Amino acid sequence: MKKIILLVFGLLNLGQAEVIRVFAAADLQYALREIVAFYNKLHPEDKLDLVFGSSGKGYAQIRAGAPFHLFFSANMEYVQNLYMEGLIVTEPKVYAVGRIVLWTRKDTNLDLSRFPEVLLDPKVRKIAIANWEHAPYGKAAKEVLENHGIFRKVRQKLVVGENVSQAASFVYAGTAELGIIALSLAKTPQMEKAGKYWLIPEEGHKKLIQGYGITKEGLKVKQVKRFYNFVGSPEARKIFLKYGFMLTDDKR
Amino acid sequence: MEGINYAPIWLTLKLSFWTTLILVVVGIPLAYYLAYTKSRLGLFIETLTTLPLVLPPTVLGFYLLLLLGKHGFIGSLWHRLFDRQLVFHFEGIVLASVIYSLPMMVHPLVSGFRSVSRNIIEVSWTLGKSKLETLIRVILPNAKASVLTGLVLSFAHTVGEFGVVLMVGGNIEGETRVISIAIYDAVEAIDYFTAHVYAILLLAFSFLSLALLYGVNRRWNL
Repeated sequence: MKKIILLVFGLLNLGQAEVIRVFAAADLQYALREIVAFYNKLHPEDKLDLVFGSSGKGYAQIRAGAPFHLFFSANMEYVQNLYMEGLIVTEPKVYAVGRIVLWTRKDTNLDLSRFPEVLLDPKVRKIAIANWEHAPYGKAAKEVLENHGIFRKVRQKLVVGENVSQAASFVYAGTAELGIIALSLAKTPQMEKAGKYWLIPEEGHKKLIQGYGITKEGLKVKQVKRFYNFVGSPEARKIFLKYGFMLTDDKR
Repeated sequence: MEGINYAPIWLTLKLSFWTTLILVVVGIPLAYYLAYTKSRLGLFIETLTTLPLVLPPTVLGFYLLLLLGKHGFIGSLWHRLFDRQLVFHFEGIVLASVIYSLPMMVHPLVSGFRSVSRNIIEVSWTLGKSKLETLIRVILPNAKASVLTGLVLSFAHTVGEFGVVLMVGGNIEGETRVISIAIYDAVEAIDYFTAHVYAILLLAFSFLSLALLYGVNRRWNL
């Protein structure tokens, strides 16, 4: 019996082809999956594995030696820092600019246009937000709350997700009445069906300029460059637009 | 809806298999020593062995990350020997799991060994059997229920591991993305279908392995 088990495990190991490993900011959860699905129609032989998390976590993991080939960050700083440290080898490129929204389930009957007062509504017991220490969307959300002078007032209500996707899953499940999440997540079919959103004016926070690059590890796998280029193609840009990202030709 | 990915299931089984195998090899001598020693050192080691049971996985994960990382003692040694990192890789989480599940193997073994009658052990020695032979031919067969308990608990505990793997291994497909992490991932992505499939699998597996354990133990005790 043990021999059979060993054999099976051995075979599984041999069968593993080279995979393009991507760490992506959590707001790309759906947009990037769709881009990969499109890409795989053109290049079915390229296997991609996507890991989503806060950009700060991706930054820390890549610094600690995680074997990712591509890094998509929700703010430019993390990519730029890795570039300076030599861990990202291509000059950081902007792929999109993100927006934040206020999101609630349809059944809460909250009027989101009463922003920011709606956050103080006694019916709102919990507000989901991403961790502002290492998630760019959390940072932007905190900036907005501070600029309206209500951060301290709502602090007790905040439920902090490890990344913006987790914050979205909190409001989606109804454990929080309100959430400040990425527009790209609000635009996914599931979230759109379950709730409604209100676009928070951009002036309230630092622009969420997002960038990506190939890691040192990514140089070893030749297909990485092909996918990297595809992300800048018109087809991919169309998908970014569909999820509410703004595009820019800014090459900072 | 994407189809279910079976890679995390295989990886979890692979991890649990290797962890349990290593634990048998390490656990039996260790338990033998702990069961019969009277020294203070034994007390110290027994305490140390139990520690992973009460420590938060994050404490264990944090220290392991430092130890196994690029600049850590074990991590840098491993890198020099095999030119591979331990953190974010399968070998790293095997090592972490061995430490994490150590009490699951050692505890049942120690209590099993202690309950074997001193008389039959001494008879075996008097009849000229060596200590090793006595362990294999007398003690282990008499403590077979404990050996089985150790095996099943180690395996099942490793299958259900989450915090330590997440901290030491991250979330890399085919390397460190075990079922529990795949569930966490799926919930975050609001992919409840995938989360359900994995969660039900884990639930059924845990229930069945415990039922098997109790069933066999009941028969052996009659």
